Amino acid sequence: MTDLVRPTPAPTGMDRRDFVKTLGGGVLVLVALPSIGVEPAAAQRRQYPTDVNAYLHIAQDGKVTLFSGKIEMGQGVETSLAQMAAEELGAPLSSFTVVMGDTASCPWDAGTWGSMTTRFFGPAVRAAAAQARLILTDLAAERLGVPRSALAVEDGVVYVARDRARHVSYGELARGQRITHTVDQKAVLRTARQFTVMGTSPKRLDGHEKVTGRAKYAGDIRRPGMLYARIVRPPAHGATPKSLDTSAAAAMPGVTVVNHDGLVAVLAADPETAAKALDAVKAEWNVPDPTVNAQTIYAHLVSAAPHGETVDAAGDLAAGRAAAAKTFDTTYYNAYVAHAPIEPHTSVADVRDGKATVWASTQSPFGTQPQVARALGIAPENVRVITPFVGGGFGGKSAGQQSVEAARLSQAVGKPVMVAWTRAEEFFYDTYRPAAVVKVASAVDGAGRITLWDYSVYAAGSRGSNVLYDIPNRRIRAFGQQSDTRGTESYHPFATGPWRAPGANTNRFAAEQQMDVMAAAAGVDPIEFRLRNTKDPRMLRVLRAAAEAYGWRPRAFPARTGHGRGVAFGEDVGTYVVHIADVTVDRSTGAVKVDRVVCAQDMGIVVNPDGAKMQTEGAITMGLGYALSEGLRFDGGDIKDANFDTYRFTRFSWVPPIEVVLVKNDDDPPQGGGEPGVINMGAVIANAIFDAIGARIYYLPMTPERVLEALRAT
Amino acid sequence: MANDPIQFTLNGKSVTLQTDPARLLLWVLRTDLELTGTKYGCGMGECGACTVLVDGQATRSCLTDLAAVRGKRVTTIEGLAEDGRPHPLQEAFDEHGGYQCGYCTSGMIMNAAGLLHAHPHPSRREIVEGMEGNLCRCGAHQRIVAAIESAATGTGRQP
Ligand code: FES
Ligand code: FES
Repeated sequence: MTDLVRPTPAPTGMDRRDFVKTLGGGVLVLVALPSIGVEPAAAQRRQYPTDVNAYLHIAQDGKVTLFSGKIEMGQGVETSLAQMAAEELGAPLSSFTVVMGDTASCPWDAGTWGSMTTRFFGPAVRAAAAQARLILTDLAAERLGVPRSALAVEDGVVYVARDRARHVSYGELARGQRITHTVDQKAVLRTARQFTVMGTSPKRLDGHEKVTGRAKYAGDIRRPGMLYARIVRPPAHGATPKSLDTSAAAAMPGVTVVNHDGLVAVLAADPETAAKALDAVKAEWNVPDPTVNAQTIYAHLVSAAPHGETVDAAGDLAAGRAAAAKTFDTTYYNAYVAHAPIEPHTSVADVRDGKATVWASTQSPFGTQPQVARALGIAPENVRVITPFVGGGFGGKSAGQQSVEAARLSQAVGKPVMVAWTRAEEFFYDTYRPAAVVKVASAVDGAGRITLWDYSVYAAGSRGSNVLYDIPNRRIRAFGQQSDTRGTESYHPFATGPWRAPGANTNRFAAEQQMDVMAAAAGVDPIEFRLRNTKDPRMLRVLRAAAEAYGWRPRAFPARTGHGRGVAFGEDVGTYVVHIADVTVDRSTGAVKVDRVVCAQDMGIVVNPDGAKMQTEGAITMGLGYALSEGLRFDGGDIKDANFDTYRFTRFSWVPPIEVVLVKNDDDPPQGGGEPGVINMGAVIANAIFDAIGARIYYLPMTPERVLEALRAT
Repeated sequence: MANDPIQFTLNGKSVTLQTDPARLLLWVLRTDLELTGTKYGCGMGECGACTVLVDGQATRSCLTDLAAVRGKRVTTIEGLAEDGRPHPLQEAFDEHGGYQCGYCTSGMIMNAAGLLHAHPHPSRREIVEGMEGNLCRCGAHQRIVAAIESAATGTGRQP
């Protein structure tokens, strides 16, 4: 059974039809699903399939296999997707096996990012499972000779409601049949009141494998005759080769050298020999003079970012200024931040007979497929990408560079090849969260109401810049998008890309500090100030829930006692989220310790409450890093951080008690869960620091040096 | 290049390898011995993903050469279960959700096993200090600490 979960041992070239055959007889049902509206970024040409069989297979013994083009990188979606399918199908969760991210057997998917699994793939799964239940019940009605309305489904068995001795199981209905049965009716999804599987927190399906070390990641794949590759890398982005001498490496026993179209690699039967061979390669490079560094980058971004797009505008900015009692002009900055998943990018490729099988650590198996095909000069349908468990992604495993490298090398040597990036390569080729600048001009009137909001974000994109407060005169402009993987071709010195809630961390850091700046100047408690400036019922509810969970009592800010508390609000991927944090600031060292975080979240219907909390705790914990310590060191295209000794992020001693409150909202469908928890972390800590010391930090990360600097300036 | 064979006990069984004693335990485990539960994360002792037990002590296998384990007892995540029963730490990590992507998890559990070996009843503070060198990018920390606490006090779910 586990073979199906991670179909790594399956023979190469097995297509979906063979796969279904090997599973035994199944139900073939055809339904039309409503087309799924997805966000423009992900709304590529393709859509989720309309055939229920693309998602579900019910075997003779009643075992259900759920197919998903999504991947599992820690979000727990293997479990939550199975819960959704189990709920609608009426089969027990224990009968489910989930196959994820295998291009040969799973329905197409753009990629696992943007908290879209539950929001967009979830409805497709639910609709398919509900339709399958309807069809199976219809078949049961024929079999049992009663009308459909006389039947009830329980744990994969269809019963005559008034005579439970008469029943037939899903497995029996499916057995040995290829049914092209349709029901001329669209199944109705179950409501939150009816849920028995959704809305509960069963143990995760991936737990056992992960605590026993049995879970397979791309680097754990072994193929007969496989070689381990190490690739010659430039010392800096933008460097060009001057000279290359691989003769010493080539002379080493068991070492193969490949030099093909700019890809220079050494390969050996074990990774240590490959590493030694790489050491023996002599390469010289022309390294361009750096034009920007960590100090000059901000001025550069403001001048180099493309023309601004107006994202939102209303009222009259001049009128807003005129109505103001106080006006505030502030600029906020944040550094480049690494994804730094503990599993570096890894792929194994086996290219033979014009076909390729790639086991990839990727968030986008269906995006990797055509990339590999193009690189090899073969058709995409001849490339199968299999995604084992992914050891963290956070947006950083959206591209397929390592898969292309492995595939090209496998093609060149005619053997399976593993490319497993070292930590240094992981840092070098990361698609960083972009450094960014936000300029805000805002104003309040004498009653503490916001009259003006003129907001410009440079290089981060507009996500998270939406104003959910009632501000009559406003303008939001975004100069440049968050993602620019062109590396040195772009206005960044290296590639940037999506990082957990891309753009939102930058934008909330600026917007929610600005709210606090105004609240403090107006002499209004920061939660009261936010309540006063919105009528949005969801925001009001979440703010109040957070205040209550924390035990918030209004008082004057800043307290300047060395201990501070802050609040920040945001909306991301349909979820409303409020964080409240306590900090202690050491005035002599500038060190900030976060003592407590309370987070309230309205995420619509919650599929798996404990899973949602786990994700939110994780996001908060990760957010401590970008708030306090993470900022890439670089000089032009020369990435100075190569490992965790200099690039520091959240450790055990940094993590405060975290309380997550889920605000009940069964009126809205499930919203995003993996990202919202991270977006307010900069602002909430900055606001708490202000309360503690009376000084504001406008830069992320808020390092001890910056805290000391801010203290000196007050 | 004739090397003396290297013998040690791996997960309760004796193994003898004829290989370069300067090779790193991490890669010997992952390649020659096909025990892939032990992970590479940094290769320089900074993340703990490669942690195994050597004579009961949590050890970074990415910094340990084969010569150093000659004649010793090496335990990896695959050998932590006893008589087919998961170790209380494995139960507790599963029960408390002390993992997300799972990539750091073997190293976390092995490091915690070394910690409990040295201090069977650690305080919360000792747990945090003992785990400080293990990195988790998914942010499972709070639940990892809870899992270790419950395994130590025996409040983890018993089968
Ligand atoms: S791989 Fe050994 S400590 Fe990171
Ligand atoms: S669970 Fe992903 S790194 Fe710890």
